[in-house]
Amino acid sequence: MTSRRRPAATLAPATTMRDRSDRLWLLASGLVVLGVLSPVGGLLYYASRGSGDLWPHLAGTILPHALQTTVLLLGGVGIIVSVVGVGMAWLVAMYRFPGRRLFEWALLLPLAVPTYIVAFAYLDVMHPVGPVQGAIRGLFGFTDPRALWWFPEIRSLGGAIVLLGFVLYPYVYLPARALFLMQSPSMLEVARTLGGSRRRVFFRVALPLARPAVAVGASLALMEALNDIGASEFLGVRTLTVAIYTTWVTRSSIEGASQIALVMLAVVVALVWLERRGRRRQRYVSRSNRSRTAVPTPLTGWRAAGATLLALLPIAIGFLVPASYLVQHALRRLVEHGVPPALGGWLVNTVLASAGATVAAIAVGLLVAYTARFARHRLAPALVRLSSIGYAVPGTVLAAGMLMPFATLDNWIADAWRAATGERIGLVLSGLGIVLIFGYVIRFLGVASGGIEAGLSKVPSSLDMAARSLGSEPMRTVARIHVPLIRPAIAAAGLLVFVDCMKELPLTLLLRPLGFETLSTTVYGEAARGTYEDGAIAALMIVLAGLGPVVMLARTSFRDQPQASARAGSGSRAVLPADPMLTG
Amino acid sequence: MIRFPASGTLALAAAAALLPSLAAAEVNVYTTREPGLIQPLLDRFTAETGIETSAIFVKEGLAERVAAEGANSPADVLMTVDYGNLMELVERDLTQPVQSDVLEAAIPENLRGENDEWFTLSMRARVIYASRDRVEETAMTYEDLADDKWQGRVCIRPGQHPYNTSLIAALITRDGREETQEWLAGLKDNLARTPGGGDRDVAKDILAGICDIGVGNSYYVGLMRSGSGGEEQKAWADAIKVILPTFADGSGTHVNISGAAVAKNAPNREDAVKLLEFLVSDEAQQIYANANYEYPVKPGVAADPIIAELGELKIDPTPLTEIAANRKDASMLVDEVGFDN
Repeated sequence: MTSRRRPAATLAPATTMRDRSDRLWLLASGLVVLGVLSPVGGLLYYASRGSGDLWPHLAGTILPHALQTTVLLLGGVGIIVSVVGVGMAWLVAMYRFPGRRLFEWALLLPLAVPTYIVAFAYLDVMHPVGPVQGAIRGLFGFTDPRALWWFPEIRSLGGAIVLLGFVLYPYVYLPARALFLMQSPSMLEVARTLGGSRRRVFFRVALPLARPAVAVGASLALMEALNDIGASEFLGVRTLTVAIYTTWVTRSSIEGASQIALVMLAVVVALVWLERRGRRRQRYVSRSNRSRTAVPTPLTGWRAAGATLLALLPIAIGFLVPASYLVQHALRRLVEHGVPPALGGWLVNTVLASAGATVAAIAVGLLVAYTARFARHRLAPALVRLSSIGYAVPGTVLAAGMLMPFATLDNWIADAWRAATGERIGLVLSGLGIVLIFGYVIRFLGVASGGIEAGLSKVPSSLDMAARSLGSEPMRTVARIHVPLIRPAIAAAGLLVFVDCMKELPLTLLLRPLGFETLSTTVYGEAARGTYEDGAIAALMIVLAGLGPVVMLARTSFRDQPQASARAGSGSRAVLPADPMLTG
Repeated sequence: MIRFPASGTLALAAAAALLPSLAAAEVNVYTTREPGLIQPLLDRFTAETGIETSAIFVKEGLAERVAAEGANSPADVLMTVDYGNLMELVERDLTQPVQSDVLEAAIPENLRGENDEWFTLSMRARVIYASRDRVEETAMTYEDLADDKWQGRVCIRPGQHPYNTSLIAALITRDGREETQEWLAGLKDNLARTPGGGDRDVAKDILAGICDIGVGNSYYVGLMRSGSGGEEQKAWADAIKVILPTFADGSGTHVNISGAAVAKNAPNREDAVKLLEFLVSDEAQQIYANANYEYPVKPGVAADPIIAELGELKIDPTPLTEIAANRKDASMLVDEVGFDN
């Protein structure tokens, strides 16, 4: 990445005015951070009540195993998302083969499928009495379901690694591809003319150049894997997050659960910080000399066929198999019972809550991104990073942490209203769904602000100065110069937030108003009861509703590629998905 | 800052869509039981009494949410499964005592909380699923599950699940902590796969030949056999027979409950009691039996034929409060033998 200097620092004639506006930015961002940290405060409150002798017990029993499982899971998922994400990005960016234009965006499709649905689908598909083993037995004429004892067990750590890896790789693919396209082709060509083999160029030039993209994307994927509960639970994998969850739910200790969650959060923050520090002095992409983009090399014969198959594989594992499983079950249910009457309501609720959260997250994200750009105070960067912390906590625990601060606020309002008017209005914030939308914003703010910041970083500060010297007020500069330039970045960030909100489960379950069912709560309710087919329709709706934004995302991020250098705000950072703490 | 004229409109639209959920309801139910189970009962209640209901399914954190909401909480009825969860609601001071002759008459005293702070609405037995083809036994004890003859043949859901810690607590009450720890370690040695999934997966895995016996709740058998969970689940249920186990000393089968309580700050207290009274009416108890395949709590209401077919249920007479006292130990034992790892 280009090392980004806050451009405001370079234009500062009227010092007092700048100081005041600095303070305003800081104040506004400080308020945002206060809101974002409130669930952490909630967890601290629980944690401070003490958990008795739970720690020695847990440390002596399940924690070592959970720690080991978590490290292995993250290692495995990290390898798969990096290899698949970078490999596919390199393939579609550098070679021409049948289906390439389709694969370019189809490789993003797994983003539309929630991990808990993928795990669930594969458990059924790969089960000894499921279709895959059934077909193999039929082929060889076995009748005993035990005949295929050597068949890989999906309900295992290995199974979890493969499934999560093939669902989460788009987080790496998207930025890596943009990065390969943006690299000056001459750099690769020079490497080739200096005698480097294709392979050598990839490993010695392209891959190191892709490091920031891999780091950002992989850290997102890893946070998703780390915080996953649904898939891990289905697959019987005992990660730290599962330990937190069981400590709360079955050991009845929200206190102990909060304590483990806070320790885990501290470790995550430290690791992210270390990674950023390691990259601090490196510059990766030069802005100049990008008059043309690389011309893909045509592949022919078996190489072309091989490339097509290779690109098809992750799409099949991460999307086609689970999606067709859902289609099959949803159809069966539709044929037998017709459309569930409440389906429209679930869809409307889902879209309303997600859209409301998206608008709010973008608005707050803009505030955060502009603080990063304009505020010169030494606290500003820390505030900006902190605002993304909601992404680094497991959703279930985050939801629990939100209950206390929001309900307290809600009760103040209710009591104040009662004191003033004598009327009981109940818990308005919770009842109107505002708490739920707050929850989404806190969870996904990093996705919004990261994307916007990235887009903004492509707007050269010279533009600000030019506008300023022509007499434009700062706000006018923002409205007339920045917004048109970073619109694609805002759109991409908004789409990601929207899809994330639609898929979100634990916050939705715990924070929603009475009687407010969404698609994901319905899926969970039916799956928990074991009436999977009834849930399949809602699950399919989540995937379908997520497809639109994913395809749009592909379009926004790919459309501008040929003239990438000409249009600010459309480069790689503009489409980076959700970078919680790494951007900048 | 950039203006987003759209956001105000959207928020208003969202508020308009959500508002009815604030105004209409007369009884607000917080439940950890799935909406598919509860909604038919609530619909009947509304049809008969004209009292509207509004429900929210909260799988985890029901107690935390009600506690955080405090004095202004809209919750009237708290509904959950497992005696441990019900007692926890009382311990956290989230419930209130209820005086109702109807409830007292319908629910045996040992299935009500102290001071009538909670009420059992239905029961389920923790039973053994066994392969029809590969298992000859027709009677077993829970202690038998740890016997060497089942080496590599047992399937079960995670030990930390309340259904299992509840059973383990019952064993501690009977056999003591040390003996139960040995039993649990023996059971772990017998497992065919790591504990995971739900009770229904036990039947599915028996069909698949992964294991020969397993532990599951009684009502899942009804849900699978009746076909209400889909055609393929019938095949799972057909692969198993059900053994109603006893403890080694001969006393009956371990039973857990689903129940409800009136929330401490219930804004619609009277209607909440009416709902509870409706839930133990013959009609509602019959829905529990026939739609959910649970054992009705009200004496005289018959279990569903599929469940009745499993055999006569002899309930372990140990009071649930005594078992509940060992609940924490049970959970710790699961960790100590590394049951779920």
